Amino acid sequence: MLYKETGQYKSSYKSDHAIFPLIQDKIAFSTLMFIAFLIVPFIINSYWEKAILVPFLIFSLAAIGLNILTGYCGQVSLGTGGFMAVGAFSTYKIMTYFPDLNIMIIVLISGLITAAVGILFGLPSLRIKGFYLAVATLASQFFLVWLFNKVPWFYNYSDTGQITVSERLMFGIPVTGATAPPYATYLFCLILVVLLGFAAKNLIRSKMGRSWMAIRDMDIAAEIIGVPPLKTKLSAFAISSFYIGVAGALYFAVFLGAIEVTESFDIMTISFPVLFMIIIGGLGSMLGSFLGAAFIVTLPIGLKFIMVDLVGLSAVTAKHFEITIWGLLMIIFLIVEPHGLARLWSIAKEKLRRWPFPY
Amino acid sequence: MSVDLLNFIETVLNGLMSGVMYSLVALGFVLIFKASGVFNFAQGVFALFAALTLVGYQTGQVPFAHLINELFGTNYHNWYASMPNFLAIILTMITMIALAWIIERLVLKHLVNQDPIILFMATIGLAFVLEGVGDLMWGSDVKVLDVGIPSGGSTWLEEATIGLAAEGSDYYGMYIDVLNVWATVIAVILVITLALFSQYTKTGRALRAVADDHQAALSVGISLRTIWILVWAISGFIAMVAGIMWGTESGVQFSLSLIALKALPVLILGGFTSIPGAIIGGLLIGVGEKLAEIYIGGYFETGALENWFAYVMALVFLLFRPQGLFGDKIIERV
Repeated sequence: MLYKETGQYKSSYKSDHAIFPLIQDKIAFSTLMFIAFLIVPFIINSYWEKAILVPFLIFSLAAIGLNILTGYCGQVSLGTGGFMAVGAFSTYKIMTYFPDLNIMIIVLISGLITAAVGILFGLPSLRIKGFYLAVATLASQFFLVWLFNKVPWFYNYSDTGQITVSERLMFGIPVTGATAPPYATYLFCLILVVLLGFAAKNLIRSKMGRSWMAIRDMDIAAEIIGVPPLKTKLSAFAISSFYIGVAGALYFAVFLGAIEVTESFDIMTISFPVLFMIIIGGLGSMLGSFLGAAFIVTLPIGLKFIMVDLVGLSAVTAKHFEITIWGLLMIIFLIVEPHGLARLWSIAKEKLRRWPFPY
Repeated sequence: MSVDLLNFIETVLNGLMSGVMYSLVALGFVLIFKASGVFNFAQGVFALFAALTLVGYQTGQVPFAHLINELFGTNYHNWYASMPNFLAIILTMITMIALAWIIERLVLKHLVNQDPIILFMATIGLAFVLEGVGDLMWGSDVKVLDVGIPSGGSTWLEEATIGLAAEGSDYYGMYIDVLNVWATVIAVILVITLALFSQYTKTGRALRAVADDHQAALSVGISLRTIWILVWAISGFIAMVAGIMWGTESGVQFSLSLIALKALPVLILGGFTSIPGAIIGGLLIGVGEKLAEIYIGGYFETGALENWFAYVMALVFLLFRPQGLFGDKIIERV
């Protein structure tokens, strides 16, 4: 009853192809946007910003990026950490060479640079498939992290090998650096996520997105009906890397402020969690990218709260427990719902359509 | 012989030996992949877990000691002072077999017929669980593992080779760690045993049948579940051997589980489905890595190529043979 589409007639192709074809979806999305843009910025504090909202937004972007490549184009990648590092270090280098450039432009250019790197590392995908490709993408992860760690030019010859962000303003308000107020960093990320999220959604519904899915479903058949594999795979790598690069730029400039490449962009801290986000959220689903990111960002916080504050374990033991429970949840989740949270949501929608009647 | 040539030989020998260590880990991967189609990322953590358990049994640690101590304020540490090596090893083997059984019952059984990537993610989850449980059970401090395998430079080889260099050059002889020689010997014995087992026993034939074709194997009455438990147990055993070798060399600690990442390029180089591939791939990567470190590494002032060189090397091979050197030929139909 709550969620029925009866009576909502579409009289034009345009309305039929809308992103949110149902009035309920439109209302829900507008409410969400209203809360996100007009209410949250006024009540946000530093804890919510640093611990939950900003990492959630940044990892959503990374998850969208990886979902484009893995969920929509079917190319499994384990190199997310390396590509995020490219975004971060491009931001750093552009910031040092062009001190007056707007931070929004810097972030987007970093995304473009990452896209170029992504194309380069996507080249083997034309020949290698499946797990062979997954392992081959690890090469990019290790190589890129090694490069940023060992070539001093990238971190401006600093003694520690760390890179630190300097303050940048948007409309007179600092969005990067230590003095940035929580609402500014939050809004900056939110705007990028909303814009890029809509762009991704539309790309997926375009000819390009359909050819990605054709390649994913069966690449030989797709090639025979005229989908060029070279162009399609490389475009997926480029666009996916663009999103991941922007996420990396934000991760460095807005979220952490100072990073050390081997720690911040490690395969265990970035690549696997992001892959798990899209699997737990739902492969090939935009909503899934957000749900997965929310799940993975909030889970450790919740676990830590239970372990340290409620049970009273020491931090080290709690950490071990956290790892164990984290792994258990991964396995249980995969067994119970291998198609992810997005699938649970679509089941819930089916139920809501008839609720409160049984059928 | 010139000193350069001798150095070259020494590098190649050392490379071959470290390659054997990689092969040991890759072997476990291949066995599981062939029999159950699971890309088992937890293989490295298997090795860590086995090594931790072995040390725990050897020194008589109380499992979950510091967890119990923290929760109940008790002070348990050790049950007994020490245990003979062979007994500890046998107990560890039993633990690994039990572990294989648990994994089959609790994880694999429920994931039959899922996408390979789902199974892969499940093994990553498994890696997390085993790492956490291992740390909770035995503590996360670095431990010394000693099961009586000799280690250190081989003086015999050093003396034997010192005379080979030309007169008057300051050549000190070749340096080879005895531990690596032992590792090679044990690996060779292991591989021969495995080959004989799969060739001449009934279970071994069943194992090969499952690897060839699941459905056909089922239809002639082979129990897939038994075979899976068996294969995971064998992999656990291989992981234990690898864990002992690597643990003796560098201590038992978390970084031991990262040898899985070392074994991945070996796998793609040799092919996921080939046991000889795992061995030859391991040797190639071992030699390539050592040679690169010495002959190419010098041109980069930065050094430390070993993190990625193996991957790039495997990638170059893959460009010519997408299924690895010995992998099954990929046949695609529409």
